[in-house]
Amino acid sequence: MKHLLSINDLSRDEAILILDTAAELARISDGPMKKLPTLRGRTIVNLFAEDSTRTRISFEAAAKRLSADVINFSAKGSSLSKGESLKDTAQTLQAMGADAVVIRHPASGAPFRLADNQWMSGAVINAGDGTHEHPSQALLDAYTMRKHLGKGAKDLAGLRVAIVGDILHSRVARSNVLLLTKLGAHVTLVAPPTLLPFGVDSWPVTVSYDLDLVIPQVDAIMMLRIQQERMHEIFFPSAREYSRYFGLNRDRVNALNPNAIIMHPGPMNRGLEITADAADSARSVIVEQVSNGVSVRMAILYLLLGGAPIEGGIN
Amino acid sequence: MKTVLPAPDMSRAIVRIAHEILERYDGADSITLLGIPTRGAHLATRIAAAINAIEGGQVAVGTLDTTMHRDDLRTRSPKALLPTLIPPAGVEGRHVVLVDDVLFSGRTIRAALDALGEIGRPTSVSLAVLVDRGHRELPIKADFVGKNIPTSRTEIIKVNLVEVDGTDEVTIAEGGSK
Amino acid sequence: MSYLLKNATMPNGSKADLAIHDSHFVPESSLPKDHQVIDLAGKQVLPGLVDLHTHLREPGFEESETVATGSLSAVRGGFTAISAMANTAPVADTAGVVEQVYRLGQAAGLCDVFPIGAVTQGLNGQTLSEIGAMADSAARVRVFSDDGKCVFDPLIMRRALEYVKKFDGVIAQHAQEPTLTQDAQMNEGEISAQLGLKGWPAVAEEAIIARDVLLAEHTKSRLHICHLTTAGGVEIIRWAKARGIQVTAEVTPHHLLLTDDYAKNYDPIFKVNPPLRLESDVLALRAGLADGTIDIVATDHAPHSSESKDCEWSVASFGMVGLETALSIVIKTMVETGAMTYADVADRLSIAPARIARYENHGQPLEIGNVANLTVVDTASNWIVDRDLMSTRSKNTPFHGFELPGVVTHTFFNGKLVFGE
Repeated sequence: MKHLLSINDLSRDEAILILDTAAELARISDGPMKKLPTLRGRTIVNLFAEDSTRTRISFEAAAKRLSADVINFSAKGSSLSKGESLKDTAQTLQAMGADAVVIRHPASGAPFRLADNQWMSGAVINAGDGTHEHPSQALLDAYTMRKHLGKGAKDLAGLRVAIVGDILHSRVARSNVLLLTKLGAHVTLVAPPTLLPFGVDSWPVTVSYDLDLVIPQVDAIMMLRIQQERMHEIFFPSAREYSRYFGLNRDRVNALNPNAIIMHPGPMNRGLEITADAADSARSVIVEQVSNGVSVRMAILYLLLGGAPIEGGIN
Repeated sequence: MKTVLPAPDMSRAIVRIAHEILERYDGADSITLLGIPTRGAHLATRIAAAINAIEGGQVAVGTLDTTMHRDDLRTRSPKALLPTLIPPAGVEGRHVVLVDDVLFSGRTIRAALDALGEIGRPTSVSLAVLVDRGHRELPIKADFVGKNIPTSRTEIIKVNLVEVDGTDEVTIAEGGSK
Repeated sequence: MSYLLKNATMPNGSKADLAIHDSHFVPESSLPKDHQVIDLAGKQVLPGLVDLHTHLREPGFEESETVATGSLSAVRGGFTAISAMANTAPVADTAGVVEQVYRLGQAAGLCDVFPIGAVTQGLNGQTLSEIGAMADSAARVRVFSDDGKCVFDPLIMRRALEYVKKFDGVIAQHAQEPTLTQDAQMNEGEISAQLGLKGWPAVAEEAIIARDVLLAEHTKSRLHICHLTTAGGVEIIRWAKARGIQVTAEVTPHHLLLTDDYAKNYDPIFKVNPPLRLESDVLALRAGLADGTIDIVATDHAPHSSESKDCEWSVASFGMVGLETALSIVIKTMVETGAMTYADVADRLSIAPARIARYENHGQPLEIGNVANLTVVDTASNWIVDRDLMSTRSKNTPFHGFELPGVVTHTFFNGKLVFGE
């Protein structure tokens, strides 16, 4: 494993190794050891061409706990927001000796362009690309589910998960579908037909337009952020109608299984896809997802960078 | 391949180490045994059992994974982490005895000392190993040794434990063509 | 210069010797003594190929291609006539611009460069351009197109179809419903969904084709559909032709070979408008070309500078160069599969496009008295596409590294050997 561009890059065993490593790292960094020397002398660049404070901070915390040097390269509004210079940026990072680039980019596939071309030799970690994938988010979601619902199992076999909302534009949903099904979970996508991708019937999931039918049947429910601009693109008539059909409110929380957990990748639109009392209910693991994110990203960084440099780069 | 430490000798060595540890620290109360996974952890458990059999109490025992502190990380592919389980009493003010199966270059023990330093400041740290095969690359020595086995660098020492390998014995074999 | 081409395999498969003197095919007996003899044993001759869809980028984008470099690329690919699309800067929407392009082609002297005039001013889709002035200009424009953009407004399309009847002209439509394809990046299908790239549904193309064949029927005018890509589009054209509607259609070489699978690594070398579609579409296009529903192959040769492809998919330019690979792709996809003969190739790549565009000296039989526009192909040899060895100024070929059949060895334009030796 040289890069983490897509969940497709991971075998089931590799995914489980990341979760296991994250679990061990969580235990030692919650307990005795706050900081590990493992990546001392390694340089990790956070290349964020799109706003995402929480993902950037999470990767930064993970890198620093492993003693890596972190360079933040936030490029919103700079030349990087025009695609022409991604190549130049990559070559600059190469010249600065970046061992890994954590990239968030509005263009689907931008991390693939970084990794596939001979622009730079370091590892590339996809921290969210356009409407394509967000693999580290899916890994932390799977980690959170396994921790709460796994009953000691290595994978998520038999777990029933609903992902609700704007599947069409969601990189979180894409990565989660790939990862959760790889780990044996049954995934149900719940959304208005306008917000489901073309050809979703060929995905290894169940599709439903009716949240109330799905709610009592799941162990975990993941609410996706609805972006305000989707309304202007006529994906649904009004925020109120969306909330009525697809929002998680108190009644729907009460209809959940007693042990079911509520997840959200954040940032939340309280009142639109999730009400405040649902987000803050005892079932919610939304805040814990954030702390799990650091452990999972530490595991990813360790497994990509902790070992010998992989052959095949330009150097 | 030949057996250099059969099962009965191994048991005797473990009991002897338990006695030596007790003798040095004047009882079990202030001791924390930390085994280095995988086999060192099982040996620590066995030494703890031997100590408990002698003393009748419950000596503190745990594990300490050294993976993230190794100095040879960049020469091999990343390994899965093994558990670090520090007993509730912690390491502050304790006599920590590190336990491993084989002492060779000393690099694992250096990593263990670094890892231990991140956790706290023990009163003292000592080292117990089942086999010392020589060829140190660092100024590290064992305090409690089951058996000294002189080897050449290329020979392969293998400690088998029932818990992991299904049998108790230490073997030595000629190394491959290196 | 005079030539005697011996042992040529004609499009119909027969063997013949061809004599060329000045610009025409002549009887062998009237060749002057100092003629050059070229033995074409085992080689296929075709009437000089005619491309109805070429982007030459001059004026305005000369760093990507010029009329001269595009002409050289054309003759290396076996073309003796190419049609310069109107989306230059300034747009070819006046007699002045089309005459400039025409004269640049004459000056290059390698092949005929026939300008295509814009349907609307500045390709704005709202106001008809000076169609008559372009038709009457030295360039004698007969094909009008806003290619790159769709003539979306049905009223403008109707008027354009009506207006060109005065000049026996034809409207070449880029069929792309704009509101269904806003920010679209690739074929809308399972792969676009997986890649998170905005989809370009087949219906966006087919809806315009359906509308426009009905408008062509109503106006009794001539409609040409550029770069057909979908099985549904082929069906609509087949239906329209059966009704007697004057519609013709083209397919590009890349749509005969490539599918949206190629987008999977996000390499924008495969980003093209209209997009690469499905295997089932490719097969329908091949069947349509073979049975004549699709009249011609046109390259949609679209040069782009390397920086406009060396970037993320969504910011990359649409388009591929194609003049130098077109014939080989047609041989690979149509002849080697048994779907077409070389007589069919001559029809789809020379005779039919010349007829549609009214290019008088092209697509004619290789007979005494006709202008000697001729392409020679070594059909028994393969070659490996190398973007660094091509004559086009841009390197954006999707076929770099492909091994393809059919090597163009000679191209004669107006009796001159413009490529080969």
